[in-house]
Amino acid sequence: MLSSEAIEAISKAFSVFFMGKNFIRLVMGLLVTIQIAAISVLLSLFFGTLFGMLMTVKNRYIKALCKIYLEFMRIMPQLVLLFMAYYGLTRTFGISLSGEAASVLVFTMWGTAEMGDLVRGALQSVPAHQYDSGMAIGLTDKQIFRYIILPQTLRRLVPLSMNLVTRMIKTTSLVVFVGVIEVVKIGQQIIEGNRLTVPTCSIAVYAVIFFMYFFVCWIFSLMASIIEKRQKEA
Amino acid sequence: MALLEISHLKKSFDKNEVLKDVSFSVNKGEVVVILGPSGCGKSTLLRCINGLETVQDGKIILDGEVISNRTKDMHLIRQKVGMVFQSYDLFPHMNVLDNILLGPMKAQHRDKQEVVREAEEWLARVGLPDKKLSYPRQLSGGQKQRVAIVRALCMNPEVMLFDEVTAALDPEMVREVLDVMMNLANDGMTMLIVTHQMDFARAIADRIIFMDEGSIVEETEPGQFFSNPKSERGKKFLENFTFRVYRK
Amino acid sequence: MDFEFIKQVIPLYIEAAGLTLRIALVGILFSFAVGLFCALIRYYKVPLLSPITGFYIELSRNTPLLIQLFFLYFALPNLGIKLSSFQCCIIGLTFLGGSYMEETFRSALETVSKVQIESGQCIGLSGLQVMRYVVLPQAVSVSIPGFCANVMFLIKETSVFSIVAVADLMYVAKDLIGLYYKTDEALWLLAISYFILLLPVSAISGYAERRLRYAQFGSN
Repeated sequence: MLSSEAIEAISKAFSVFFMGKNFIRLVMGLLVTIQIAAISVLLSLFFGTLFGMLMTVKNRYIKALCKIYLEFMRIMPQLVLLFMAYYGLTRTFGISLSGEAASVLVFTMWGTAEMGDLVRGALQSVPAHQYDSGMAIGLTDKQIFRYIILPQTLRRLVPLSMNLVTRMIKTTSLVVFVGVIEVVKIGQQIIEGNRLTVPTCSIAVYAVIFFMYFFVCWIFSLMASIIEKRQKEA
Repeated sequence: MALLEISHLKKSFDKNEVLKDVSFSVNKGEVVVILGPSGCGKSTLLRCINGLETVQDGKIILDGEVISNRTKDMHLIRQKVGMVFQSYDLFPHMNVLDNILLGPMKAQHRDKQEVVREAEEWLARVGLPDKKLSYPRQLSGGQKQRVAIVRALCMNPEVMLFDEVTAALDPEMVREVLDVMMNLANDGMTMLIVTHQMDFARAIADRIIFMDEGSIVEETEPGQFFSNPKSERGKKFLENFTFRVYRK
Repeated sequence: MDFEFIKQVIPLYIEAAGLTLRIALVGILFSFAVGLFCALIRYYKVPLLSPITGFYIELSRNTPLLIQLFFLYFALPNLGIKLSSFQCCIIGLTFLGGSYMEETFRSALETVSKVQIESGQCIGLSGLQVMRYVVLPQAVSVSIPGFCANVMFLIKETSVFSIVAVADLMYVAKDLIGLYYKTDEALWLLAISYFILLLPVSAISGYAERRLRYAQFGSN
């Protein structure tokens, strides 16, 4: 178990949040992270839906291209992609991206691939006889999609994309590598700034960041599992 | 003395009473068919006898031994009770022979040669002498169900339970399974059968137990039950299987 | 492109890839053990242990590996727990991978239907025998694609290890960019290295998935 010294050290460490605006600053840092995640998620949902529909097109070449894009995005670690966007684009094309812009670009490209695959899976999971029954009662293609395919696809898609959102928020933690001033960076600044007064404060700062991420992601995970459970019961 | 004796059996799921004070007995070599509308508790009754469900009250006695609500050695009791389900329940990752051998070898620790010989004999008798190395996915529903029966028989059970074993089969495959059961009955196997095949029930049963809403409504000879059931509910039930009015 | 430079630094990349692989391998092995253990606890709903495992899984699945590493490497020394960066990486990867493996294994166990278990019981098998002869063999083959996906995911996740001063591929690339401004060369080599590491895993995982889909022993 923890010694009494350790307990004292911990309680002392947490006092750092009552000094100045330290806690507020950390929350603001978290908001930067969330902002990047939110923009990437929204863009990914939009482009991912289009990409997913593109993947179900019956053209061989389009299919192959989509597959290559998806595989590339899946195989490369997101951090490598981030480096390529942040350092590589600047060098190769002379486009200078801020850390934030590079992050949004990379997470959107990756999220589009992942979301696309979810959309494709959901679209293809609707059994063929559903199309047949739609046609049998005289619906047009558009009506079949609107009234039969879309509702079933969405039903499947909602919990899955919630889980993708969780993954994207977690991945957003990587932006600290490309110099974005977000929650970890601010945490490091706080630790640095209080090095003399509260030398052990890193334990408190990192613990708080850990649980900040946890709660943000957990909300989405929880929603996903609630929706899934409700769908199963219905 | 009866081989299997059920006395005052009560079973409920939460507040839903599925079996309300059910009592009957089965003699050695007797074939008893349980009939009744869906949800009357007949499947649950079979599951209780095989210890797949615990009971709230009452006793199940097999060969003079109380077998209900035993927890520790239930798997030993089950070796004496064979059961075949509605869904073909063969183990998909094993071939036919391994499916059959698993119980006798792992649960009963019997000699492999002996069980293999027994299995081959049974497979030949149910018309599948050349299927022992096939995997379940290579068999038709009727074939799978016959293998499932052989698998249960190779445990040398004292009583066999059949829970709607033909309900999931294509119509043309029903007969091959029923024939196997008929042969078993003629060999003197003690059997307890739940089925919706009325002709078959009439042909195979020594006795019919008609259940409704968790209780036994009547217990009669098959001839009597099918021509002139004693209870109103029995009459109503049988009407589901015939048409009295024909279109002109 | 400076090919002379590339030739010079390739050994650095190979060494770094070796280190990445070593850490990944150990981490994956531990994840496998933790995952299987937790999956069995949750599958059998072991009292007390099951909710604790559930809590661990929520914690692990909803926090980034990077933050877990920060905590292990920079925060724990304040409590007198000093871990080497190698240890931090292994612990971090296991903490993360354990929950992913648990999910794969448990859902694979749960795909084995109740009637399969009951028919095992019906032929007199004990609980342990049902697990060994009926449930596990079926669950293992179901879990292979998920397992491969986890392996790939965990190898990818190792890319953050440079943050705790592990000289892995990212670390080398960052170094070369910082020291020599050879951005293009460093990044290309980085991307290619990860491709070489991950393409086989991706191929195996795709193969396993197809095999499972088309050549299942299939119960009906």
